[in-house]
Amino acid sequence: MSSPNNCRYLETHEWARKDGDAIVVGITQHAVDQLGELVFCQFKKKAGDRVTKREPFGEIESVKAVSDLNSPVNGVVLEVNAAVPDALHLVQQDPHNAGWMLRVKPDAASGYDDLLDAAAYDKHAAAEH
Amino acid sequence: MTQTDDMKRTALAAVHERHGAKMVNFGGWYMPIQYGAILDEVRTVRTKCGLFDLSHMGRVRITGKDRERFVDRIATNHVAAMKPGDIRYSLFCHEHGGTIDDLLIYKYEDAVYLVINAGNTPKDMAHIRAHAKGFDVQIEDLTESWQMLALQGPQSQAILSNLTQIPLAEVKYYKHRAGSGGVNGVENGWVSRTGYTGEDGFEVYVPRAETERLWNALLEAGKPHGLTPIGLGARDTLRLEAGMPLYGHELADDINPIEAGLEFGVRFAEGKDFLGRKALERARENKCRQLVGLRAETKRVPRQGYNVHIPGGAAIGFICSGTPSPTVGASIGTAYVACEQAAVGTRLEIDMRGSRETAVVVPLPFYKRAK
Repeated sequence: MSSPNNCRYLETHEWARKDGDAIVVGITQHAVDQLGELVFCQFKKKAGDRVTKREPFGEIESVKAVSDLNSPVNGVVLEVNAAVPDALHLVQQDPHNAGWMLRVKPDAASGYDDLLDAAAYDKHAAAEH
Repeated sequence: MTQTDDMKRTALAAVHERHGAKMVNFGGWYMPIQYGAILDEVRTVRTKCGLFDLSHMGRVRITGKDRERFVDRIATNHVAAMKPGDIRYSLFCHEHGGTIDDLLIYKYEDAVYLVINAGNTPKDMAHIRAHAKGFDVQIEDLTESWQMLALQGPQSQAILSNLTQIPLAEVKYYKHRAGSGGVNGVENGWVSRTGYTGEDGFEVYVPRAETERLWNALLEAGKPHGLTPIGLGARDTLRLEAGMPLYGHELADDINPIEAGLEFGVRFAEGKDFLGRKALERARENKCRQLVGLRAETKRVPRQGYNVHIPGGAAIGFICSGTPSPTVGASIGTAYVACEQAAVGTRLEIDMRGSRETAVVVPLPFYKRAK
């Protein structure tokens, strides 16, 4: 399955998508497929907090695994999707849309441009297992 | 996962792939971890019935006139006290009392069968062969030539009875039976009323060439009962809910069966000088840690290796296994803790990646089916 072309990707399976001046962040369909049934999600950042590229902004757990959620960009959190921790099906069923996690105001040096494009990410994901 | 050359395949590997199972490397075997959602598979086994491929497990036949005396030397349970048709849980122990593996012993008129863990088969075979000197025994590894399926869940007997004339109602828990025309037309096929899920059920043994036909026949016979194939992911949750140990988690080379709460598998009978006996006698007198069940007050899942603490205080133990439990309705786990902290009702904390989460000691097993 191909990842959406309107996003850029971190190797640890988070996506970033430009939305006006902001960048929206979530985890990929591939990540959800690998994790399996989600049981817990927690954001450790709130609006106004800084996020740093490749550093955790939260954690997600499935039946069989636990994983950090890493920010794909540098910036300041504008909003978290507060519905997600109590409605994990949003991420389970629609990780690229309803299951979004953060809206970030990117720094000038956001790191967005050197994220993987969809083709490179899909190649990376396929090689991982 | 893609199959790599060094992974072993059961007779059903291609069948699992065709079913769309997610495949993983389990103990060196290319095995299905799940066909659908793991927790749905757990519910299917608890309420209906599930079919498992367990052909990765090691199967060993021991014959020869010293076979019972030999197995009584290398394993902790008491074969000489068993009757043909009986099955007992047992362990292989080091002289220091630590566990090499756990296993089931099947007694026959003319043989003793051992069913051992897939990932431990090489070291178990080394253990078995290393102590065979001086005994008149023949040791055969049947893991490749015979395969093993499990049917687990309340509908098991109704389904299996379509494929065999063996009077299943007479095959009580931890008994095995052959004959009566075998299973699915395979005359030498045999069944045991055993499993690793806490549900009623059977394990069925047939020669490799008959496995796929048996698998298909069971799925067909099980259709009206809601039978589906189940992966090893659900099996792990099922066995943990049922309080059954898994080697590499509750058992290890440096964990003895006494602290694991498995003394029922160890017989200190007169004259039974099994390997590790002296160390296990000492362990009985001198227990300092104990396996307990924990029920967490968070949706987060206890994971192997997490530390267990006195609330606000020092680490006094570690997690062996954990799972969200659909049957209990909470996150559960097993842990070794200091005996002073092992009483049911004791409140402890689990360090879950830096976050201290409350958990309460509860009785094992977490789940016991109504008889």
